[in-house]
Amino acid sequence: MKVILSGNEAIARGFYEAGGKVAAAYPGTPSTEVLETLSTLYKDKGVYSEWSVNEKVALEVAIGGSLAGVRSMACMKHVGVNVAADPLLTVAYTGVNAGLVLMVADDPGMFSSQNEQDTRHYARFAKIPCIEPSSSQEAKDFLKLAFEISENFDTPVIFRTTTRISHCKGVVILEEAKNIDGKGLQKDVQKYVMLPVNAQKRHVIVEERLKKLREFAETTTLNVWEKGSDKIGIIANGVSYQYAKEAFPDASILKLGMTWPLPEKMIKDFAKSVKKLVIVEELDPFIEDTVKALGVKVHIGKNKLPLCGEYSKIIVYEAVTGKKIKRKEPITGLTKRPPTFCPGCSHRGLYTVLSKLKPFVSGDIGCYTLGALPPYSSMHSCICMGASISGAHGISKGLSAQNIKDKPVAIIGDSTFIHSGITGLINMVYNNGDAIVVIMNNDTTGMTGGQEHPGTGITAMGVETVKLNIEKLCQLIGAKRVIEIDTYNLKELERIFKEEMEKEGPSVLISNQPCVLRYRVSKEPLKVDKEKCTACKMCLKVGCIALTFVEKAGAKYTEIDPLLCNGCTVCQQMCKFDAIVGGGK
Amino acid sequence: MSVTNIIIVGVGGQGVLLTSKIIAESALDLGFDVKQSEVHGMAQRGGSVISHVRFGDKVYSPIVSEGEADLIIGFEPLETARYIHFLKQKGTVIYNNYRISSITVSIGAEQYPEDIDEIISKNANKVYAFDATKLAIDAGDKRALNIVLIGASLKFLPLDKNIVLKNIEKNVSKKVLDINKRAFEMGLNIFNVRK
Repeated sequence: MKVILSGNEAIARGFYEAGGKVAAAYPGTPSTEVLETLSTLYKDKGVYSEWSVNEKVALEVAIGGSLAGVRSMACMKHVGVNVAADPLLTVAYTGVNAGLVLMVADDPGMFSSQNEQDTRHYARFAKIPCIEPSSSQEAKDFLKLAFEISENFDTPVIFRTTTRISHCKGVVILEEAKNIDGKGLQKDVQKYVMLPVNAQKRHVIVEERLKKLREFAETTTLNVWEKGSDKIGIIANGVSYQYAKEAFPDASILKLGMTWPLPEKMIKDFAKSVKKLVIVEELDPFIEDTVKALGVKVHIGKNKLPLCGEYSKIIVYEAVTGKKIKRKEPITGLTKRPPTFCPGCSHRGLYTVLSKLKPFVSGDIGCYTLGALPPYSSMHSCICMGASISGAHGISKGLSAQNIKDKPVAIIGDSTFIHSGITGLINMVYNNGDAIVVIMNNDTTGMTGGQEHPGTGITAMGVETVKLNIEKLCQLIGAKRVIEIDTYNLKELERIFKEEMEKEGPSVLISNQPCVLRYRVSKEPLKVDKEKCTACKMCLKVGCIALTFVEKAGAKYTEIDPLLCNGCTVCQQMCKFDAIVGGGK
Repeated sequence: MSVTNIIIVGVGGQGVLLTSKIIAESALDLGFDVKQSEVHGMAQRGGSVISHVRFGDKVYSPIVSEGEADLIIGFEPLETARYIHFLKQKGTVIYNNYRISSITVSIGAEQYPEDIDEIISKNANKVYAFDATKLAIDAGDKRALNIVLIGASLKFLPLDKNIVLKNIEKNVSKKVLDINKRAFEMGLNIFNVRK
């Protein structure tokens, strides 16, 4: 059967067809839909899937699944591998029982990421294979091959996509699921307990394995030599292959579906067969560096093609030919349309108050990172998942060393707090930190589209489970002042912040308002009484897309779009003239 | 080897992605190779959204290049203008002329360009604008906007009306099917599509 699937949906299908049984992930664009698909379409077909609390845990769960004897997979976005790097670098030594795949989605162009790191380096670092599909069909088929490679070579395998592979949809021919018997639990102390005495032996095996994989790379169907004109030969991987193929349909192309280890002999032969060698790969010169180390002359690579951002057919064509394609430039100076908090979002009240009080805000990864944008501009650092609390703690110590009194505020969401904020809070309490920690609990993993987590009390597969009580957890950690806040009540929120600013030691403020998008929260829209509106623009400070300032025929006033307004009353509370009516007022 | 290139643009939440899906599935049903690409993750918060749909005998790149689009389907004027450089010389633009404010306008940092319709007309040869939001509301729900636009776009696409309707039925919930069928019919009627 032919269907249209995104790369991520195809990977989920591939896992099912490969007889995969245990999948674990932490949500992260552009990887999220793999586990979402598994937990909905394949939950009744013998596939166990879970949202783990973070990527390290997800990989360890998948390692456990492999040890228990069933094909297992962990999925994450590129930066998640940094969190999972600890188990990754050592499971590379132990190898696997049943097949083990780490699926990672990179984000060239940083559509929704904080950096543009290239996951292929982790494959070389861990000395394990890296497989890269270039279409949805390959995403499914190659994943099945990845499991075979994992088992044949006793190695975990990195399965790397990019945004354009994960989120692009294409035609996929479905096949039946493979019925494979579980291998059962394997007890092998020397193989799986990485005491130095065992690890020393395993390292030797890892190096031998890499040699064998290098030989395998020469013959695998993952790498394809498409013979064409000898004028130019292009080596390409992933979606770059598609751009290269379309830009130069007649060229010889060496399409690499396995980018670590590389087929060195094949590359040398390919280079010899063409007059001009071109390497097209997004992000780092990963293939190129290896090719050059082989002593092969690369005519066009990163000397012409960019290191940053994603590629396109035009970028590839212009870099290779040196010719500019005549085309229109985008219209300049157009009004921008950046993402913003949804009307009714609980984050809006928080940032409205913070932009008035102006503390230093140590931020984190989630929808609430948008608080860094105008009109709030009220987030002043954001590095990675969980860094808000530990960062604020460090700031408080740094300030105290200079005798400066300026209590910092950390802002973190519920899912991110559970991911890696808890340890930061324990650290802050233990080390007598002095900061305000705001946990914006909206009962979902919001930015990635609303996934479950331990705080929602429901698993990925929809099973009711123990609901983590964040408030009690913070109390148990030893935080003395744990206070529930209502971000829809601006006056009260401001009072609490001012009070806590004056106190010594950590304060934990928890908002427990549901995500309006996920839970479809909607109240009666508000209206502006034009007679009372003085055009002071105070309401615009809340930064809501439902509000527009109108200047018509000499009159000036704010207008509220009833199709967008969610009735949250935050703008109403900013109005000193009672010009915004509704919501009981 | 000809490939039909479509760019669909709008504001997060308007239904750009569902439109892309229905067009892509209809092309597949006609035996075409299809690729569709979008970037989501932050789209639901009122940001700008662009989706690429390509179909033909064989499609390689999942994204349409600048200057290559046969058709731009715009859900909102400002977003139509933002991506109009994707249009090829003889390409067509159809767009919903109902304006949606941006957050930068809401906070008073920028103005919504009053002359947005002229900007679009100046940058394309074949331009068709109409209030698809109003038609959707007339059909019974403003969210049927995307189906109105699919109906209208069929004038310019080598797709079969009945196959598209079948894919609409497959992709919208039964509760709102009648509304969407009405919306589809209204869209078709704009350019008298009978095929």
